[in-house]
Amino acid sequence: MASVKMPQLGESITEGTISKWLKQPGDQVKKYEALVEVITDKVNAEVPAPLAGVLKEIKVKEGTTVTVGTEIAVIEETAVASSQAPTPTLPRERGREHEPAAIPEEGQIGQAFSSAPAEQPQGSQSAEGRTRLSPAVRALIEEHRITDAELGRIEGSGVGGRISKKDVEDFIGRRAQPVAANGEQRQAAVTAPGPGTETRVPLTPMRRAIASNMQKSKQTIPHAWTVAEVDMTNVVRFRHQVKDSFKQRESVDLTFVPIIVKAVVEGLKAVPVLNASWSDDGVVLHKDINIGVAVAVDDGLIVPVVHQADRMSIAGLAKSIDDLARRARATKLTIPDVQGATFTVNNPGTFGTILSYSIIAPPQAGILAMDSIVKRPVVLDGDAIAIRSMMNLCLSFDHRVLDGVSAARFLQGVRRWLEGFSDQIPLY
Amino acid sequence: MAVKTYIEAIREGMDEEMARDKSVFLIGEDVGQRGGVFLASDGLYKKYGEDRVIDSPLAESCIVGVAIGAAVNGMRPIAEIQFADFIAPAMNQIIEEAARFCYRTAGDFNLPMVIRAPWGGGVHGALYHSQSIEATFAHIPGLKVVAPGTPADAKGLLKAAVRDPDPVLYLEHKRAYRLVKGEVPAGDGVVPIGKADVKREGKDLSLIAYGLMLTYCLEVAEKLAAEGVSAEVLDLRTIKPIDQAAIIATAKKTGKVLVVHEDNRFAGIAAEVSAIIMENAFDALDAPVMRLTGPDVPAMPFNHVLEEAFMPNPEKILAKAKELAAY
Amino acid sequence: MATKTQEVEAKGGQSRHRSLGLTDDQALRIYEVMRLARAVDERMWLINRQGRAPFVISCQGQEGVQVGTAAALRPGYDWVAPYYRDAGVVLWFGMTARDQMLSFFARREDPNSGGRQMPGHFGSKRLHIVTGGSPVGTKLLHAAGVALASKQRKEDAVTAGYFGEGASSQGDCHEAMNFAGIHKLAVIFICENNGYAISVPQSRQMAIQNVADRAAGYGFPGAVVDGNDVLACYEAARTAVGRARRGEGPTLIEAKTYRFTAHSSDDDDRRYRQAEEVAIWRQKDPIQRYAKYLRESGTLTDPIEQEISERVEQQVDDATEYAEQAPDPTADELTKFVYKQEPLG
Repeated sequence: MASVKMPQLGESITEGTISKWLKQPGDQVKKYEALVEVITDKVNAEVPAPLAGVLKEIKVKEGTTVTVGTEIAVIEETAVASSQAPTPTLPRERGREHEPAAIPEEGQIGQAFSSAPAEQPQGSQSAEGRTRLSPAVRALIEEHRITDAELGRIEGSGVGGRISKKDVEDFIGRRAQPVAANGEQRQAAVTAPGPGTETRVPLTPMRRAIASNMQKSKQTIPHAWTVAEVDMTNVVRFRHQVKDSFKQRESVDLTFVPIIVKAVVEGLKAVPVLNASWSDDGVVLHKDINIGVAVAVDDGLIVPVVHQADRMSIAGLAKSIDDLARRARATKLTIPDVQGATFTVNNPGTFGTILSYSIIAPPQAGILAMDSIVKRPVVLDGDAIAIRSMMNLCLSFDHRVLDGVSAARFLQGVRRWLEGFSDQIPLY
Repeated sequence: MAVKTYIEAIREGMDEEMARDKSVFLIGEDVGQRGGVFLASDGLYKKYGEDRVIDSPLAESCIVGVAIGAAVNGMRPIAEIQFADFIAPAMNQIIEEAARFCYRTAGDFNLPMVIRAPWGGGVHGALYHSQSIEATFAHIPGLKVVAPGTPADAKGLLKAAVRDPDPVLYLEHKRAYRLVKGEVPAGDGVVPIGKADVKREGKDLSLIAYGLMLTYCLEVAEKLAAEGVSAEVLDLRTIKPIDQAAIIATAKKTGKVLVVHEDNRFAGIAAEVSAIIMENAFDALDAPVMRLTGPDVPAMPFNHVLEEAFMPNPEKILAKAKELAAY
Repeated sequence: MATKTQEVEAKGGQSRHRSLGLTDDQALRIYEVMRLARAVDERMWLINRQGRAPFVISCQGQEGVQVGTAAALRPGYDWVAPYYRDAGVVLWFGMTARDQMLSFFARREDPNSGGRQMPGHFGSKRLHIVTGGSPVGTKLLHAAGVALASKQRKEDAVTAGYFGEGASSQGDCHEAMNFAGIHKLAVIFICENNGYAISVPQSRQMAIQNVADRAAGYGFPGAVVDGNDVLACYEAARTAVGRARRGEGPTLIEAKTYRFTAHSSDDDDRRYRQAEEVAIWRQKDPIQRYAKYLRESGTLTDPIEQEISERVEQQVDDATEYAEQAPDPTADELTKFVYKQEPLG
C-alpha cells in the first residue's frame, strides 16, 4: 500500500484544500495520472498519482483543508515496473531543461524564477557544475521537498557553481515557513476578543504569503521610487473610439491596462536593465519580457504573468490579460500562469489613487504602478492651459541594479509612447 | 598525567609488559646491549638480562621464525625488525606461516607475538629507511596491523598487541619518536585493537589519518577552524582490522572526506577507506572521497628537495582540505 | 630352544636393541609403527588411484629414519616439527591411523587442520607436533624457536626439526642452524636425504656429498647415518637427545635413505629415475631389514608377527571406513579462525 500525501505545491505553501477527487476508490490509476484537484491559497493544481495501482481509500473529503504532508489517499500498488514512487514534487533529473508542466511548482507572487530553457542560472560558470547534485544534496532535497524552482534559486557556492550540502542547509534555514510535521488539519483560530478591545482576524494562506513576500522584498531590495506624469488624453480618446467595436470583435474589453503594458514593453526594450535581476555574480538581463499584471482578488492580490509580452499586439495583450484576470478571480490559475515574471505592472488607479509606492517582487528589478487617470488643468506648449487626462506612472526600482538615470529614461520612454498615441498605432 | 615522547611511551610499554609477564621477551638486531638503534629498548637488557632481551643475528627471517617457534611453545615474543624497509626477508615467515597458524589448524594453534618495525619518512632516511608497509600486510588475513600516532596510543596499543593472542605487526613512526609528545595516562592504559579514535570533532569535513599524518592533520584542523571550516579528525590507529563503523560515521556526519597517508597511492589504505565509504555512506556524500598520499615512486629519496616533494605535509594537506571544503 | 638373543646373552653379549636401551616391547613397538605407517600409506595410494581422494604424499622407504629418530624422543614432552613425508614420526608421537585417514579425506574431524590443509601437513598442539605448511625450510626456524622457549623456561625438552636435503638449500635452514648453534639450543636437525627433491638429484642441490658436513660451519656436530637401519637412526638420535638435554647444543643427523614412490600422487618418477635404482633400494627396505633383525634376535616370532599384521590391518580398515563416512566441513566454516580473537565490537 502506498500513501499519497498532500504535496507542497510551492514555497511557503503550508496547506491545501481538496477540491475534487478525479478518481474514486476501486479505480485503476496510472502513474502520473491526475488523481485529485487541490486548491491552495494561490492556485489550483492537479495532483498526479505517484505510482500505478488501484485507489484503495480516500482519506480526505472534498472541501477539506489539510496541512502539507497529511495523508489524503491510499493506493494499492500493482506489480508494474515503476514501483518506487517519487513524490510528485520531486523530479530528480539533472538540470532543468524544460518546464515540467504536469508537476506542481510553487506559485507565489513574483517569487517564481523563470524556468524557461534560455535562462542563465545565477552566477554559474557552467550549467554542468550547477546541476550536478551530490547524493547528500539529493537526500536533503527529498527530505525537505525542495522543488525545482526553489533549487534554481539556491546559489551554489561550490566549484563551478555547484550546489553543496551547506548551500541547501542554509536555504532550508532561510525558508522560513513552518511545514506542519504531523499533518493535522488546521483549525480556524479565533480567539474570543477581550472585553471589547480587539478582534483577531485569522490569517489566510494568501495573507501569510503576501506578508512574507513583502517583508522579504523590503528587507533585501533597496527600493528607490520615481514618478512620471503622463498625458493620457490621446489614449483616452482612442480607446473611447474603438472600445465598442473592439468588444464586439474580441468579446473582451479594451481597458487601459494592455495599452500601458504595451508601453511598458517598449520602455523595457529601450532600457533593458529594468528587465533584469540582481545577483552577486552580475546583473542578469532576461531575454524574455514576461509582464506580471496584478489582479485584485477576494482576500488579496495575485499576479498572473503574460509571457513574452513583447511578442504580443495590444489586442493580444488585452485578451491575454482579460483571460488571466478572469481565471484569477475564479481561482483557476495554473502554476505556469503565475511564474516567470520579469517585470510587474500594478493598477491601483482603479480605486482612485494618484500616487502609489509598490513593492518590488523579487527577483525582479522594478514594478510600475499606474494610478488614476484624472482630468486636470495643465499648461501646454505655448503656455496655454488645457484640461487633460493625466496619469501618474510610479516606478519602484531595485537601486542595486540601476540608478535614477535609467529609471527616468525608462519612464520617459513609456511616457513618450503613451503621449504619442494615435490611431496609427496598430491594435493588432 | 605525564607528558612523554612517543618513543618513551613505547619503551615503557615494553618494560611494563615484560615486568608483568615473564613469557614476554624481545628479540632483534641491536636491541640488547645497545638498547636499539633508536634506543627504543634502552635499559631493558640491563633490567631483564640476555635471555629476555636477545641480540639476534642479522637475519630477519630468523628473527620472525624463531619468534613463531617461541610463541608455539608458550612465550610471548616481541620481534623487532630494525627498519620496516628490511622486513622483506621475513615475508615468507610472516605471510605463509605466522598469518596462517590459526587458520590452517582450525584454531588449534595461535601465535601471541608482536613484530615491531619503525616506519615512515621525514628523517632523511632515503629509499631504505623511510618506507610505509602497512598496506602490504593489512592485505593478509590472519595478521593484525596497528599504527599509533600519539604516545598514549603507542603505549596502549603495544600492550594490547603483546596481550593479543594473534600476530600483530606494530608500526611505530620513526619521525614521531621524538617529535610527538603527549599525555600518557598512568596505569594500564590498554588501547583496544580495532578501534579508531576521533581526535577532534568537526562537522564540515573529515580528515582520516594515522601515524605522523595524524599530527599533521590536527595542525591543519586548527588552521581550518581559523578560516571557519570545522574539520573532524579520525585517527585510524588500527589498520587491520579496520574500524569500519567509525569511518562510516564520520563520512555520514560531514559528507566530505580526505584520507591522508605517506604510503604510495596505488592500493594504499586510502583506497580501502574510500571503498568502505562508497559502499556504506554513498547517500551522505557531498563530494567524492579524496586522498592525499605519497606518489607512486619506490620510496622517498635522500635529497631534501625530493624528500619534501614526496612527503605529505601540513601545507599540502591544508590545500587539499580547502579544495574539499569548497567542492 | 634358545633364541638368538638368549644365545648372545648367554655368551655375555647383548642384542643390538637391548644395548641401545630398548626393551623387546619397545623394539616391537617400533616395528609395529613402521608397519602401520607403510600400511596406511599403501591404502592411501589405492584409494587415490581409484579416484576417490585427490592427493597422497608418501613415507614409503623412509620409515626407518622417521620412527627410529622419533623413538628417541618423549611424545608429549619433547617437540617435533615434521615435514609432509613424516607419517612415521607423527604416528609415533600419538597420531592414529584414523587421524591419518581423516586428513587424507580432508574431513572436518581432521585433527591437523579441519580439512583445510593437504594431507601430510601435520600439526597438533596437544601432541607437540608443530604445524607445518607446504614450505619445508621455514619450520626449522620454528623448531629453533620452540627450543629457545624451552631454554628460557629452563626445561630440558628437545625439539626435532625434520627436512629433506632439498630444503637444506633454503636460507631459513641456514638461519635456523646458525641461531641454534649460537644459543646452544636443544634442537636436533634431522635431514632425510632421499637423493631427490622431487626430480632434482642431490648433485644439483649441493656441491658436497654430505649435508652433515655443514654442521661444523655452525659449531655443532653432524652425523651421517644409514637411514634404512632403524636402530642406527635410533642410536644417532639418542646421542643427539643426550647432548641436547645436557645443554650441549644442537646436532645435525643426516639419514641416507630413499623414497620408494614418486614425490606425490601428482608426480611421475619414471621421468627422472630408473626402475633399477628403485629396485636396488627396495632390497634395503627398512621394514624388512628390521624384521629380519628382530627375527634373528628372537624378538619377533610368527605369532607376534601375525598379531601385529592383524592389528595393523584392522586399524587401517577401521580408519578407512571411519574417514570415508566422516562429514566434510561446511561452507560457513570458511571464514572461521582467521584470528584466534576477533576484535571487540
